[in-house]
Amino acid sequence: MGRLTVAGPTAGLGSKSMSIMGTRVVRVEDPVFLTRGATYTDDLTDERLSGALHLTLVRSPIAHATITSIDVEAAREAPGVVAVLTGADIDLEAPLLFAGAPKQMVRPWLATERVRFVGEPVAAVLTEERYQGPDAAELVDVDYEPLPAVVDVREALKDENLLFPDAGTNTCSVYNAEPPDPDFFADCEVVVTREIVNQRVAAASLETRAASAVWGDDGRCTLFVSNQNAQGARDEVAGWLGVDPKSIHVILPDVGGGFGAKIGADPEFALVAWTARHTGRPVRWSESRSENMTGMVQGRDQRQTITIGGSRDGRVKAYRLDVIADAGAYPRLGVFLPVFTRMMAPGTYDIEKVDSRATVVVTNTTSTAAYRGAGRPEATSAIERAMDLFAAEIGMDPAEVRKINVVAPEKFPFTTKGGVEYDSGEYAKAIDLALEASDYATLREVQKARRERGDAKQIGIGVSSYVEITGGGAFVENASVEVHPDGTALIWTGTSPHGQGHATAWAMLASEQLGIPVEKITVRHGDTDHVPEGGGTMGSRSLQTGGVAVHQASLELIDLAKQRAAEILEASVEDLEVDTANAAIAVRGAPGSPTVTFAQLAERDELKVKTVWDGKKATFPFGSHVAVVEVDTETGKVTVERIWAVDDAGPVLNPLLCEGQRHGGIAQGIAQAMLEEVVFDPDGQPLTATFADYGFPSAAELPSFDLVTMETPTPINPLGFKGIGEAGTIGSAPAVQSAVVDALSHLGIRHIDMPTTPLRVWEAIQDAVKEDG
Amino acid sequence: MIPVGFEYARPDSVDGALALLAEHGDEATIMAGGHSLLPVMKLRLAAPELIVDIGRLRELNYIRVDGDEVAIGAATRHHDVEVSDVLATEVPLLPAVARTVGDPQVRHRGTIGGSLAHGDPASDLPAAVLALDATIVLRSPRGERKVPATEFWTAVFTTAKEPDELIVEIRVPRTGNAGWAYEKFTRRANDWAIVAVAVVDGRVGLVNMGSTPLRASATEAALAEGRSIADAAALAAEGTEPPTDTAGTPDYRRNLARVLTRRALETAAGR
Repeated sequence: MGRLTVAGPTAGLGSKSMSIMGTRVVRVEDPVFLTRGATYTDDLTDERLSGALHLTLVRSPIAHATITSIDVEAAREAPGVVAVLTGADIDLEAPLLFAGAPKQMVRPWLATERVRFVGEPVAAVLTEERYQGPDAAELVDVDYEPLPAVVDVREALKDENLLFPDAGTNTCSVYNAEPPDPDFFADCEVVVTREIVNQRVAAASLETRAASAVWGDDGRCTLFVSNQNAQGARDEVAGWLGVDPKSIHVILPDVGGGFGAKIGADPEFALVAWTARHTGRPVRWSESRSENMTGMVQGRDQRQTITIGGSRDGRVKAYRLDVIADAGAYPRLGVFLPVFTRMMAPGTYDIEKVDSRATVVVTNTTSTAAYRGAGRPEATSAIERAMDLFAAEIGMDPAEVRKINVVAPEKFPFTTKGGVEYDSGEYAKAIDLALEASDYATLREVQKARRERGDAKQIGIGVSSYVEITGGGAFVENASVEVHPDGTALIWTGTSPHGQGHATAWAMLASEQLGIPVEKITVRHGDTDHVPEGGGTMGSRSLQTGGVAVHQASLELIDLAKQRAAEILEASVEDLEVDTANAAIAVRGAPGSPTVTFAQLAERDELKVKTVWDGKKATFPFGSHVAVVEVDTETGKVTVERIWAVDDAGPVLNPLLCEGQRHGGIAQGIAQAMLEEVVFDPDGQPLTATFADYGFPSAAELPSFDLVTMETPTPINPLGFKGIGEAGTIGSAPAVQSAVVDALSHLGIRHIDMPTTPLRVWEAIQDAVKEDG
Repeated sequence: MIPVGFEYARPDSVDGALALLAEHGDEATIMAGGHSLLPVMKLRLAAPELIVDIGRLRELNYIRVDGDEVAIGAATRHHDVEVSDVLATEVPLLPAVARTVGDPQVRHRGTIGGSLAHGDPASDLPAAVLALDATIVLRSPRGERKVPATEFWTAVFTTAKEPDELIVEIRVPRTGNAGWAYEKFTRRANDWAIVAVAVVDGRVGLVNMGSTPLRASATEAALAEGRSIADAAALAAEGTEPPTDTAGTPDYRRNLARVLTRRALETAAGR
């Protein structure tokens, strides 16, 4: 177990002698995290926040109800209470949290007439001390008249019970309203169709949401938030407050996990800023875990109908994906994600005909938005299930069927039927590498032997092939690099690391060009006064945009340094080069002649460059995973025994960081496949709102991961980088799910929805045995 | 996640604790490790006016052989049960069960007496103590009494302990290293059991198969009649009314009880 591919300098980047690229530079972030600890928003001891009030929100315990009265009088009398506010007190327009949704589907700051999910804020309590908040909040007396809750998306589609009666419908978006062509599969020998569920999951970041705000005498608001994009949060909050974005200064302290759920501002941020302005005091807010499990946006949640057709020789000719997605109560980014799902519907396969459509509805549940992969894992899981169903139907090995249908390497750049251009890839090679690493043929023999013995514990083997989009839609990023007279350098980036290791990676990129050691380079981010523009960290975009921007800024800094050095060294710019051993500019081919260091140049005049990189396009990392699971057929328990992962995101800058991203990603994919699911009962009550009930895994549930190296550069940027943040999740979930089904295929089982919990697997076995008998 | 305000007392003796219980009655709640009590207080599902903290009473923290039994002080931590040399020899089921409780942090705080008094049917130790035919020693200003484990749990989260009583000791028969096993079934390593089965000396305790820890009496009777393990295990769910939650239906739990009982009996038979 635990056979990691430990590589030195990688093939793509490490060819240059003494290059730092592709080496395992230890994270410069870690000493602080491992000793003093991080400083999260709730840990701030910033002087500007002294004397802050504490915001506590009264949240609805009912999923769908009319509010008949709110009595705050008793709460106002409670110890330490400075103010108790209801929606009537907030003089801001209620926001539409997703621009494309019907305009009636706005989210009130504090609900006044109707609540639409458990956890919706109905009143705000401001107290001198934090502990006084929950006591006062309990005294807010809200009368609810329950309405029928809409929890199931098919129920929502009927439009019988409307969340927003004024909108006249529960549907908030339709992608491709064309009815399906009845002859779409006419020329297929074999057609298989199935409804599957890509279940809702919670991001469950260990740091919950938090915000603190203070208004200065200059009329500006300093807003500390836990978020993945300071600039985006600033713009959104400014828009909600109706102020100029320049008057909001967003600062991101350390962020303890985001996974997509901390993209964009939460309405609570604006409530914090508004109440700070309203009371004239700083205000702090940090939610509890119980609030987080209903209040923070959740991920996935698509009901998918997959239909696949082809010929008995293994060739897939047509594929259709029909999606009903759940936006939750108030439309947010989740409404957009089926666009990514449709874009990536055909996956790695060269399929003649591809058709997809999606409808997004509101339900009385927590809103949905991005979660690691955000729309792409849903596409991958769907096509990979379809491939397995097709393979089972024609009696062909699922790995073989995949290899027959993947896009051939000579076809790149490859434009899919959906009009998406895949930049580079070798999909069959990735599958072969995974099969080879796992010794696939031997695994099949082990499986056969266990079946013949009739063991209670059977093994299953799952193969996935995937391609995804990274840096999709946010191709532009900026960076500044400044060298100081003491020889240190400072980088400001518009990305927003929260665990990814940009401080190490960006320093490596600058160090490579300038020769300044990594330990002398500081990387800063997440302060909108210093970096007014920036795309943050999401969609696995950072290295291929922000990292490349640092690379470009370093090159531009060298150009600037050469111009200044030319005068000092009395040489022409063309004759100068960087002496990386000394972080200096030297005359080419003249060893021993005078040089001038970057530090010396900085002494004379500010040596700083700010640049903007525009990659213009997304990149498409790809890979293949093989998972082996053991299924205890008597109890339904699934154990992931091994997983071999080929994740090709182009050249690897730092294998340590890259492997970290892959490990975390694979773990979250396994978690979705096996354990995690946000569950609401028919009344919209959350049943998984604590960490005791919500099934995210610990190390004990996970195997060690076998990582296989493959590096295919993209032509989109000079370093060939693609993104790696979400790849592991996208590849591992379908491999594990497929392995579980495969373990039971001899019982006639063709599909089990995620998560493949012991209960669900056992019930599938009981059903299969019953049908058989 | 902030509890309602409460008073806190940490008496320095069992007598001091008993005096506080006598004085405050229902308004007082005993806390040992706090790992069952504090979470429900933080969720505001419990709001005791007075917490009587017995967690640091050394006189309640011991494991010693006493005649045919091992006596365990009520405030003995799960971790101490887990690593006890005395129990490893005399009652090896208990360390094996304690090892499956929560995670190391929980086991260093939680106590055996606390687990028994809390009476959660999904907890590990009550069913083990039940299978061991242990005795629970209760003390109050009125004196001391001994309650057999079979009579201790009366309903969900409810025990035979009166409000003015404190569990001071658990007396467990010395079984030696024969005929025991613990099969715990969870989704994740540190979860509560969906179902678990403790077997010792032909007695079978069931975790999470009803509103209290239970004995699989039909299985025990079948074993006593000399029937096979498979036959006896098939009766493990007889008469149970297992709960429904996201992890399991009653049917599923009955199946688990049968499978785990068979596996536990097989393991026990092999020792």
